[in-house]
Amino acid sequence: MLSHLPILQVILPLVAAPSCMLIRRSSLVWFFSLLVSAGALVVSVLLLQQVIDSGPISYRLGGWEAPWGIEYRIDLLNAWVLLVVTGLGTAVIAAARQSVQREMDDLRQTLFYTLYLLCFAGLLGIVATGDVFNVFVFLEISSLATYALIALGRDRRSLWAAFQYLIMGTIGATFILIGIGFLYMMTGTLNMADLALRLPELGSSSTVLAAFAFIVVGVCLKLALFPLHMWLPNAYAFAPSIVTAFLAATATKVALYLLVRFIVTVFGIDFSLTSLPLQSLFIGLGLVGVFVASVVAIYQVDIKRMLAYSSVAQIGYMVVGIGISSVVAMQATLLHLFNHALMKGGLFLALAGLVYRLGSSRIDAFNGLGRTMPWTMAAIVIGGISLIGMPLTVGFVSKWYLITAAIESDMWLVALLVVLGSLIAAIYVWRLVEAGYFRQAPAGGDVTVGEAPLSLLVPTWILIGANIYFGIDTRLPVEVTGAVAQYLLGGIQ
Amino acid sequence: MLITSLYNYWIVIALMMIGLYMVVAQGNLIKKIIGLNIFQTSVFIFYISVGKVDGGAAPILIEGENVYSNPLPHVLILTAIVVGIATTSLALALVIRIMRAYGSVEEREIQAEEEKREIQAEQEKREMQAEEVQC
Repeated sequence: MLSHLPILQVILPLVAAPSCMLIRRSSLVWFFSLLVSAGALVVSVLLLQQVIDSGPISYRLGGWEAPWGIEYRIDLLNAWVLLVVTGLGTAVIAAARQSVQREMDDLRQTLFYTLYLLCFAGLLGIVATGDVFNVFVFLEISSLATYALIALGRDRRSLWAAFQYLIMGTIGATFILIGIGFLYMMTGTLNMADLALRLPELGSSSTVLAAFAFIVVGVCLKLALFPLHMWLPNAYAFAPSIVTAFLAATATKVALYLLVRFIVTVFGIDFSLTSLPLQSLFIGLGLVGVFVASVVAIYQVDIKRMLAYSSVAQIGYMVVGIGISSVVAMQATLLHLFNHALMKGGLFLALAGLVYRLGSSRIDAFNGLGRTMPWTMAAIVIGGISLIGMPLTVGFVSKWYLITAAIESDMWLVALLVVLGSLIAAIYVWRLVEAGYFRQAPAGGDVTVGEAPLSLLVPTWILIGANIYFGIDTRLPVEVTGAVAQYLLGGIQ
Repeated sequence: MLITSLYNYWIVIALMMIGLYMVVAQGNLIKKIIGLNIFQTSVFIFYISVGKVDGGAAPILIEGENVYSNPLPHVLILTAIVVGIATTSLALALVIRIMRAYGSVEEREIQAEEEKREIQAEQEKREMQAEEVQC
């Protein structure tokens, strides 16, 4: 049983998804999905434990030997990302029941959980597999489920957003497919570890360069790295609240993992960042993304949209970390991957509570919220503070590591810009505080407005609490990501 | 010489560009989907070309044959074709719902509709505020 853990992770939600259609009763389906997600979480904890104790795990699908058959390879990097994805997925689905009930009719609720599990299986598959073509297949499983999830939104603009994302996402995935084709043409293998062995022998042949370009652009489309982020704000703003929380906490993180995996493991950091001017490109695009997206966020009326732009900015920070390409910077990126999942998961769940009570996530809905929904508002403020990166929150920890890494590599300007970017975040978070605590609720408005339901509030506060807990007791994430960064880049330093 | 001997790759590139151009330039959602399909098909042809070995037979055991074409890319692309069909059907389903919600499948008209609605919402809000002041 224990030796089958790597595949169990993926099989569990994949088999559970169609089973949802048989159960049908929406509250039962919710409980079933929660159990499955929690099961995946337990598996990922066991996997991480096993990897820390005894090194990378290799699992052969169907017993076929590695370079020919499909291999699932769990090392520190993907064990860590698996833990983040399953943890956040479980927290979000735990909060889902009432919000989903409010935002969807009966039939669609079952469909929502089916799609959620499919998407979950796809994301876990991308992370667990050690085969590049398998990555493409799981990427499409998760993407197709995501398009349908977004289209479940109440607003008709969600359809339009889903369609736009479908076009962009399919182009991205097809680019990755082209890249994989080139790699196979040159090496005759699809196994990541095998590719990593064979690619250096080829040097920088133009086919390998083309493969690299297609894959990086394709993954960056999925990652929503500026300027390829155009699909993200609409998709996040019009999707059902729970879907937004799920996507913000997991999907972009998996895309970031994929970027790190291809750049560091498959192509090798020397090839990816030293022989190409990619280092300055990543740092440049990342920082421009931080500034442009943060400034645009300030002017948003819909807060879901505002946080979506803020996500684009935060992705910028993570990509800057990859660009600096030292051990500490990689650690900062991986820390921020975890921390940003906590922040955005908590914030979007709090927004889900707001939408549940007020039916709107526009800035005027925030007026007087400090009095009517004190717990939700407090969660949003703490999440916002973490987003800015103030001490005692997780946001501070990852920014600290990023700035340290920039200074260590003598990139003072980068360090300064990272701090400046955080100040812009302070402006848009302040808008919420101002509306929530210093403005009166509209007179004659709905007096019955109360706190968000407990089933939403508890998972929100678990995530927000984690923001503070891991901001003070930083041992677990810092130690694990430190080990991962050392494992990934230790060779070159 | 080079152009004629690698003609299959030139076809792939031509189809790929035509597909991408359609996706970007066409305002009609159905035409966008057609473009996306052409784009994906070009990649299928690319994979199939990669698997062909010069002078190789079909990859089934035939007596007296030593050179076979590589079947793996063909198997891979079978999966990608399935993915392509799933994407197309999902896209078409979305277009049907867009048609119902907006009464159009033209990108320009959908955006115009949205803008019109936003202006309306703005006006209604102003009227409501004006009423409140009067009260």
